[in-house]
Amino acid sequence: MTKLSYHYPLSIRIWHGINAVCILFLIATGISMYYVEPDRNLIEFSSAIKIHNITGIILSISYLFFFIANIKTGNRKYYKMPLKGIGKRLYKQSMYYVTGMFKGEKKPYPLTEERKFNPLQKLFYVLIMYIGVPLVIISGFGLLFPESVIKAFFGVSGILITSILHTAMGFFISLFLVIHIYVSTIGHTRTANFKSILNGYGWIEDPAKTK
Amino acid sequence: MKNSILLLLIPIIGIQTGLYAQSRSVNPDINLEKYKEVNDFVDENEACFKCHAESKYVLIDEFFDREIVESMCPDNIVDRDDYYSMVHKSFACLDCHAYEYEQFPHPMEARLEQPFQCIDCHGYDENYAHFRFEDIESEYMESVHEEANENFNCWKCHDPHAYNLSIRDDGTTMKEAIAYNNDICLSCHSDFSRFELLTDRDEINILDTHDWLPNQKAHFGSVRCIECHTSISDSTLVAHHVQPSDLAVKKCSECHSKNSILMASLYKHEAKESRRRYGFINGVILNEAYVIGANRNAVLSALGIVLFLITLAGISIHIIARIIYKK
Repeated sequence: MTKLSYHYPLSIRIWHGINAVCILFLIATGISMYYVEPDRNLIEFSSAIKIHNITGIILSISYLFFFIANIKTGNRKYYKMPLKGIGKRLYKQSMYYVTGMFKGEKKPYPLTEERKFNPLQKLFYVLIMYIGVPLVIISGFGLLFPESVIKAFFGVSGILITSILHTAMGFFISLFLVIHIYVSTIGHTRTANFKSILNGYGWIEDPAKTK
Repeated sequence: MKNSILLLLIPIIGIQTGLYAQSRSVNPDINLEKYKEVNDFVDENEACFKCHAESKYVLIDEFFDREIVESMCPDNIVDRDDYYSMVHKSFACLDCHAYEYEQFPHPMEARLEQPFQCIDCHGYDENYAHFRFEDIESEYMESVHEEANENFNCWKCHDPHAYNLSIRDDGTTMKEAIAYNNDICLSCHSDFSRFELLTDRDEINILDTHDWLPNQKAHFGSVRCIECHTSISDSTLVAHHVQPSDLAVKKCSECHSKNSILMASLYKHEAKESRRRYGFINGVILNEAYVIGANRNAVLSALGIVLFLITLAGISIHIIARIIYKK
């Protein structure tokens, strides 16, 4: 059985909202700059650069908040991912999404007070928040201040490596966003998770009733 | 009294007519041997360089047996090292300048000579056909420089005593070539004392007029002024049709795009080799810089689109399954 519980504190929801808005702007302006043509652009080039730079800086500050908060508060426990048995856990969760949920099987790792994310979510969140976002921020600052980037690395232009890294990480974050939004529809109802991240209340497993 | 005045006039007349005046270098101990490797007229050229290679020269008054140190006009100073390392390094001074310059003081006829322009030697010569001097001349005649001042000529930008083919010189990096080219423009446009010699316009602050340009420092170091300030043509390797400032390129995407104008200007000489290198569009630019929008990697772009489509396909299949199973 499930129950509604105050699952997402206001600070997390504000942080998530800022991240979401910034990332949407960054993706739109990033694609616009990447595929710019003299007579055709999604967003006017100089405006796209300004918006991209400003939202990039806001995202960096937001990330800094996330990083420090995760060190200082208990929020980091939700991201802990013991390596022992990780393959088995990921397989079980994947199989639930591929076949189990259609057969009416129970969620292998239902959300509880102590478990905000299932193993697949944890893996993707850790990859994005501790590898993808830091790399996109560092490379972004490299492109914002190109004079700070090393001229060449093993004979290849430093700014080229930086820009490829930035574009590639931006692409993976975009891909993550699409999957993240879709998976959010797999909840108590199709809109339940979206409501949760707005009002803080999420459907979690009720241990008392489950027993 | 009359005799005294006559006595005073003799040396003045003598200097004016060259009867009593000679000149010599303030720095006579120059090692000329290294220059003889590239020029057969080094000793003859020293007749000019002994004064024109220095900021000062010594005027010898033989009548009164005295020497006067005079300052050389900065515009008339030619650095020996620059001269013997430039494109015309094998020339004798008198190949271009009137023979009357051999006399000192130089007679007025020599000083009134019309200097040669590039087209006078290089025009309609098949040895220089690839430079297309005739087209350069036509472009220049339509430029703001020609319109602004009828005394403007090739040498105002291209110092005939120190000119080098910077970009096509294999020993020069693109950054150095860009700095060399931009220095030509900035020698007047950021030095009002030179600028006002050619125009009545007010002083221009280049940084202020370009304050709209993001990453000013990166742009100034990565592209030449002429990329935005000339009308690019297919015929000349370096565009010479300098346009009024209101016609300058201001639209970022003119450079920051797949069809970047940089490929028709700054990278024109390399663009012929390949528009794509290592899978990058306009790949030749990547040797020196990365231009947002102009340097996307075709392979990575295609890979990205494929990954994105696979993701969408996976989600679509999952949605269909959820509809079927009502989940």
